[in-house]
Amino acid sequence: MYVDPEIIRLLAFLVGVIAFAALNAAYLVWLERKEAAHIQRRIGPKEVGPFGLLQPLVDGIKLMTKQLIVPAGVDPVLFKIAPILVMVPAIMSFVTIPFSDTLVARNLDIGLLAIFAFASVNVLGLLLGAWGSRNKYAVISAARVVSQNVAYEIPMLVTVVTLVMISGTMNLSKIVGLQLGGFWNWNIFNLSASPLMPIAFLIFFVCMLAETNRAPFDMAEAESELVAGAFTEYSGMGFGVFFMGEYANIVIGASVATILFLGGWDCPFGLFPGVHWFLIKMYFLIFTVIWIRWTYPRTTFYGLLNLSWKILIPISFVNLILTSAMLKVF
Amino acid sequence: MVSLFSVEGLSGLLFFCFIGLTLAGAVIATSARSLIRSVAGLALCFLGVAGLYYYLNSPFVALMQILIYVGAVCVTIIFAVMLAGSSELKQLTQRNGLVGPLAILASGILVFALAGLALKTEWLAAPCLVNRGTVEDLGQSLLTTYSMSFELISVVLLVAVIGSLVLARQGRDK
Repeated sequence: MYVDPEIIRLLAFLVGVIAFAALNAAYLVWLERKEAAHIQRRIGPKEVGPFGLLQPLVDGIKLMTKQLIVPAGVDPVLFKIAPILVMVPAIMSFVTIPFSDTLVARNLDIGLLAIFAFASVNVLGLLLGAWGSRNKYAVISAARVVSQNVAYEIPMLVTVVTLVMISGTMNLSKIVGLQLGGFWNWNIFNLSASPLMPIAFLIFFVCMLAETNRAPFDMAEAESELVAGAFTEYSGMGFGVFFMGEYANIVIGASVATILFLGGWDCPFGLFPGVHWFLIKMYFLIFTVIWIRWTYPRTTFYGLLNLSWKILIPISFVNLILTSAMLKVF
Repeated sequence: MVSLFSVEGLSGLLFFCFIGLTLAGAVIATSARSLIRSVAGLALCFLGVAGLYYYLNSPFVALMQILIYVGAVCVTIIFAVMLAGSSELKQLTQRNGLVGPLAILASGILVFALAGLALKTEWLAAPCLVNRGTVEDLGQSLLTTYSMSFELISVVLLVAVIGSLVLARQGRDK
């Protein structure tokens, strides 16, 4: 039987992407626990395997053996479909991310748009899960998630539009291609396009934290006020899939930041570009995300909305106007 | 006969999946008991339509469909339903036994007529390729040929934003 090699290639990438997302989710939990422990002068997981490295596997088995409890009052269909709606778009976003020159599943011309389109489905999943679980904490959390996402989507997209204006393309591989040759070519240091570029990176990073519901913006699952927010009624692997989706979204956010601002697979000194540089930058960003979580306390909800509407959005618009003016003049 | 394991075969299969998604989503949206499930069906329908757009060689429109309709419109509707509350109290009106069959008949006639119209018409081929439908082409035609409609739409959106601000402002004073 003849099978098209393109199909085999796509299948290999699909399996690879799913494995990458799942492994990352598992080991980022380990990283998070280790990092948190060391920040708090503890040791963290150490019993299972060397440095506790087998802990995620054991945790996974524990979650899978647990019974999937569907509480009596919930809407069973929405309750079960919500974790899938959070996880699947995250996996689909990986399809357009170029890890290196050649390592990309589907080099879409509008890859950047594809990532944001898939990422927007994530909120729908959280909303349906929260509403489906018929729990007042979950519903409050869902309301917070929506207003938070609406508030932070605007500065993020404005910053991305600025980047697209500079690059002139939405093809992620081409955006990286324009930044090759050393760190002075990266968009974060592209001061001739706009002197506000490092600030634009900061805005993007803060918006990424908020969009992925990470501390200090984790209002969706503020344990001290909302039990576990949208996940209150979930147990076992239902919660596990939500959790994996969250970490997959962090990986995607860090990847997009790497591609847009930090030159993707480019080496800072112009030597040996390749997938390892992409991974180094991406994991450094993720490390920073976790670092911030264990350093800063949670903001209040009004502080969160004020930061976006009164600071980030005006600055990102100033950056947009400044960049378009500089593009026109020079 | 195209093999199922060729690119054409698989994409054909996916095409039928998207049609199925669209129809299933539409049926769920109209027949679900709870309002939130209807919105979920609507989102499913939008996803199917996005897939159809992709097969019509317009990935940009497909992704915009997901971004705007699934990511924004559906979320807004759910949010509105949550704020309005009492979603389960969607009243089903007392209906005559004849309504169902008659509705099926009427929609059948409508589908038949529209399909007949689409198939029987002799469509004129476009005299020349206007553009390839890429993002660049879309942007250029929006800002040149169709700039008037583009500006009018943005004025409508501006009015909507200002109107909602005015309404919210009044609500706060009470």
